[in-house]
Amino acid sequence: MAHGFRRTRHGLEARFSRAEASVLRQLATELVALLETDAPPVPTDPLEALVGIAVGQTQRPADPVLARLLPDAYADDDQAATDFRRYTEPELRAAKRSALRTVATALGTDAAKVVLDPTTAQSWLSALNDLRLALGTRLDVTEDIYDEMESLAADDPRLPQLAVYEWLGGLEDSLVRALAGW
Amino acid sequence: MTTGFPAQRVPAATVAPQQVERPETLDETHVEKPWITIVWNDPINLMSYVAFVFQKLFGYSKEKATKLMLDVHHKGRAVVSSGSREQMEHDVARLHAHGLWATLQQD
Repeated sequence: MAHGFRRTRHGLEARFSRAEASVLRQLATELVALLETDAPPVPTDPLEALVGIAVGQTQRPADPVLARLLPDAYADDDQAATDFRRYTEPELRAAKRSALRTVATALGTDAAKVVLDPTTAQSWLSALNDLRLALGTRLDVTEDIYDEMESLAADDPRLPQLAVYEWLGGLEDSLVRALAGW
Repeated sequence: MTTGFPAQRVPAATVAPQQVERPETLDETHVEKPWITIVWNDPINLMSYVAFVFQKLFGYSKEKATKLMLDVHHKGRAVVSSGSREQMEHDVARLHAHGLWATLQQD
């Protein structure tokens, strides 16, 4: 994947090597699973089910990745943050899982060429961004991470994941620019 | 910022010149402070992506979206929209769906 996404007359196009497709599918699948942990149960209350509003968690997730993907909406009002989370988090989790599944199902175990229409491209963009947020949070990266990578020892255990993080950044940036026409 | 409903202001002319009481009480009773949506800096989101999301969600020009993105990057935060509490909750939910770190508060 030398160039990432580019706009063609067929849509937004990118080619993935077998290894790239495999890594991306694996990461997306793992994040879907993480977003299912502590997910709110299906409503058992008949009225709640009838109204159709899934009522979710009230606590900010303990896992740093989930806390980053599902942040508090109020910085200094715990009660308002709790209420907001209760009524919006189920939908937010579902939307993120759906976008990640779009990526995972587009990639198999072989090299792949993907061509995205505008709607699918939005799902890919959300999914790639969430994957970077998840990986970057796990790796505890700073804004200077690319400079720091230069000075890491060749056998630093973080290096393989940081390489994936850097690759995801290039891929996402190419998709933003192809979508925006920049 | 520029979206949503601007705060209603009591024109200075409604305060009679001879009035002794200060008009603050009137302001507090009749003017509801607007709510604002704030986007906070984080070390992960791409600058290109953040500017793109501001354009897409709020319809801002590339220039305005880029300026807001740079404010987030350099100042640590930026107010990206203002209006009613309900509108700002909607904006925050959309920003969270796009992976941006956003909160709302009364201005």
